[in-house]
Amino acid sequence: MAQNQLDWRTEDNSTGKPPLSLDNVHVGYATRRGKVQAVRGVTVDLRAGESLALIGESGSGKSTLGLAIVRLLPETAQVSPGVIIYRRDEREVDVLKLTPNEMREFRWSDCAMVFQAALNAFNPVLTVWNQTFDTAKAHGWHDKRAVLARLVELLQFVQLDPKRVIDAYPHELSGGMRQRVLLALSLLLNPQVLILDEPTTALDIITQRTIIKLLRQLKEDQHFTMIFISHDLAIAAELADRVATMYAGRIVELGTSDDIFYRPRHPYTLGLIRAVPTVSGGFEQLFSIPGSPPDLINLPSGCKFHERCSFATDRCIQEEPELETVGLNHTAACWNWRAVEEELKLNPLHRGALNVLDPSIILAEAA
Amino acid sequence: MAPIIELRNLTKRFGKGKETVTAVDAVSFAIEPGETVCLVGESGCGKSTTGRMVAGLLDPTAGEVLFEGKSISKLDSTAFRRYRQSVQIIHQDPYSSLNPTQTIREIITAPLLRHNKVKKRGDAEGRALALLEVVDLTPARDIIDKYPHQLSGGQRQRVAVARALTVDPKFIVADEAVSMVDVSIRVSILTMLARLKQEFDVTFLFITHDLALAKYFAWEGRITVMYLGRVVEDGPTQRLITDARHPYTQALLSAVPEADPELAHHKRQIELRGAEIPSLLALPPGCTFHPRCPYFVPGQCDVAAPPLEPVAEGGRVACPVRKLEHISLLV
Ligand SMILES: Nc1ncnc2c1ncn2[C@@H]1O[C@H](COP(=O)(O)OP(=O)(O)OP(=O)(O)O)[C@@H](O)[C@H]1O
Ligand SMILES: Nc1ncnc2c1ncn2[C@@H]1O[C@H](COP(=O)(O)OP(=O)(O)OP(=O)(O)O)[C@@H](O)[C@H]1O
Ligand code: SF4
Ligand code: SF4
Ligand SMILES: [Mg+2]
Ligand SMILES: [Mg+2]
Repeated sequence: MAQNQLDWRTEDNSTGKPPLSLDNVHVGYATRRGKVQAVRGVTVDLRAGESLALIGESGSGKSTLGLAIVRLLPETAQVSPGVIIYRRDEREVDVLKLTPNEMREFRWSDCAMVFQAALNAFNPVLTVWNQTFDTAKAHGWHDKRAVLARLVELLQFVQLDPKRVIDAYPHELSGGMRQRVLLALSLLLNPQVLILDEPTTALDIITQRTIIKLLRQLKEDQHFTMIFISHDLAIAAELADRVATMYAGRIVELGTSDDIFYRPRHPYTLGLIRAVPTVSGGFEQLFSIPGSPPDLINLPSGCKFHERCSFATDRCIQEEPELETVGLNHTAACWNWRAVEEELKLNPLHRGALNVLDPSIILAEAA
Repeated sequence: MAPIIELRNLTKRFGKGKETVTAVDAVSFAIEPGETVCLVGESGCGKSTTGRMVAGLLDPTAGEVLFEGKSISKLDSTAFRRYRQSVQIIHQDPYSSLNPTQTIREIITAPLLRHNKVKKRGDAEGRALALLEVVDLTPARDIIDKYPHQLSGGQRQRVAVARALTVDPKFIVADEAVSMVDVSIRVSILTMLARLKQEFDVTFLFITHDLALAKYFAWEGRITVMYLGRVVEDGPTQRLITDARHPYTQALLSAVPEADPELAHHKRQIELRGAEIPSLLALPPGCTFHPRCPYFVPGQCDVAAPPLEPVAEGGRVACPVRKLEHISLLV
């Protein structure tokens, strides 16, 4: 067995019930100015073995949603209404009803989160080994040798030299090394689901690639169920099976990675894709989205994107659209998604060098 | 005509004795008027230090910067003042580069008055409004009395550009100018900068760690790649992106995550021999990329630093081993 294979993971997650189901989840932050409606009714199933990317601009509620799942929101935040169900084997738990002790257990053994700005997530005065053993002990695991063996195995998996890292303090490690240590630590107690908030942001390009390769391995070889949170579309393109676009606290589109990147039906998703360059392939003209995201305390009426949307019609100002089916396993919350489809027939997203063709266009042309 | 900016063996060391680091090591390149040059490379490779020396904010330890053919260290005080006005720098962080206690009006009119760019005081406001429109901050009348914190990150960066324009610059060093701006509005700022090239004859040195952005902004220009303080490769953007020769450039291009699933899955994976960037305090001998380079030739690469040599397809490559070899980064 290759050195960086994890040989302890036996569960096959590729079938079965969704490990996480979010139903109409709302999160608000109380502030002096009023309530920040950071997440406004998110309903989504995380399928076993899949990797789901949450993309969207800064402030769209991505981190808030992740933190709500592991219940690490600040005290000013309130999750209500909403239900979060977690399933593993025959067990089914209502996450929002767990006691603090059960929650601590859940966070390490069921659903682990690697935080945005992970560099600050370490205790600066503890070595990697001390942090690891403290965590293990807190979960009733006192067998020093077993914990050490596990840590060595995990560090090797993330391609770090255990000898160099185990007794190091966080400041002695580079950003990429710290990110990998955190990833290793998050796997310590064998969680089923991993939530990674901006896992590569602020890392150098070559280090980003190392992390992406590791995460691909977790996904493809270990069948981990993962949620990636990123403002960087490239992370979704590199790692996700399905992608959810968030805008102003809602999922406005959800589909397979190919659907989202080549056949988006929500104007905001389309706008994001047309705003981001690729490095390979020829030159493509890019476009930005006018305006800026709305104030989450005083939200606009109707569709929260209408002030920036070139497809907006009167109805958009009045009524907020719900997610509706726009294709197989593909939903979008837009009154005018068919106009987006038409627009893409005229100006398809011939991305990169490969000019990936939209099969629906080929079919339409054949007809 | 002389290049507008030329760097000759530009070198900067920081620190003393054993702790000395060479942040920029004998960097030489020239920028012609109207040309767009992007400086790319990973964190700490010396991009900002180079940019600051070009803008005259930092004195080189060795080597020189030439402005319109004259070494800036030899300019008399009038000529030096003209150079300092002609070469402006825009920083990454619009939050810290604008004084939070001043309104946009004060931020823009102060340099206009200080440098006598308007005939009378009363003209300053009109000029400020015009500049805000140039950077697409419209309606300018609504913006001018605001404070920086009342603007979005993208709007603040536009104010920083408008302020740079008050002194009629010929050359702008844009150091990670859109890195902190949300992706959805980045392009509009780049488009605005590109328009300044046309309308105001501004030449850009665009510093970024984002190669896709460099490709987009300098598609008709050039890219210079730095690694540990040295230029390892430069050339016309289209050549450099499609036919990179230096193993470090290739490694960077192949590592960049692509915002396109097909491209992401068709990228060639280049395995490096070592993952970590060496410390500037303990640089490897010879080619400083050699401990990581997959094409390392013992006895050659670790002995002498390879010179930057021209290649027929355009630009220069500091790798005698690979400079003639084309590889495709898509598989
Ligand atoms: N503790 C808090 N108190 C009040 N408002 C908050 C708090 N934390 C976040 N917010 C607000 O909630 C909204 C969603 O924030 P969140 O961090 O979830 O966004 P995000 O999508 O993760 O953005 P980013 O890409 O910047 O990380 C933002 O408007 C943010 O300002
Ligand atoms: N004033 C200073 N004193 C000491 N060292 C410095 C100083 N400024 C920069 N350095 C060092 O010089 C090297 C180059 O830094 P520089 O800021 O130019 O890199 P950069 O390429 O702009 O990186 P980034 O992408 O992170 O902005 C780094 O190792 C940095 O720590
Ligand atoms: S509902 Fe209307 S405003 Fe909202 S995204 Fe669709 S077209 Fe645009
Ligand atoms: S000189 Fe040698 S070590 Fe350096 S990049 Fe070329 S082949 Fe690699
Ligand atoms: Mg976030
Ligand atoms: Mg810099």
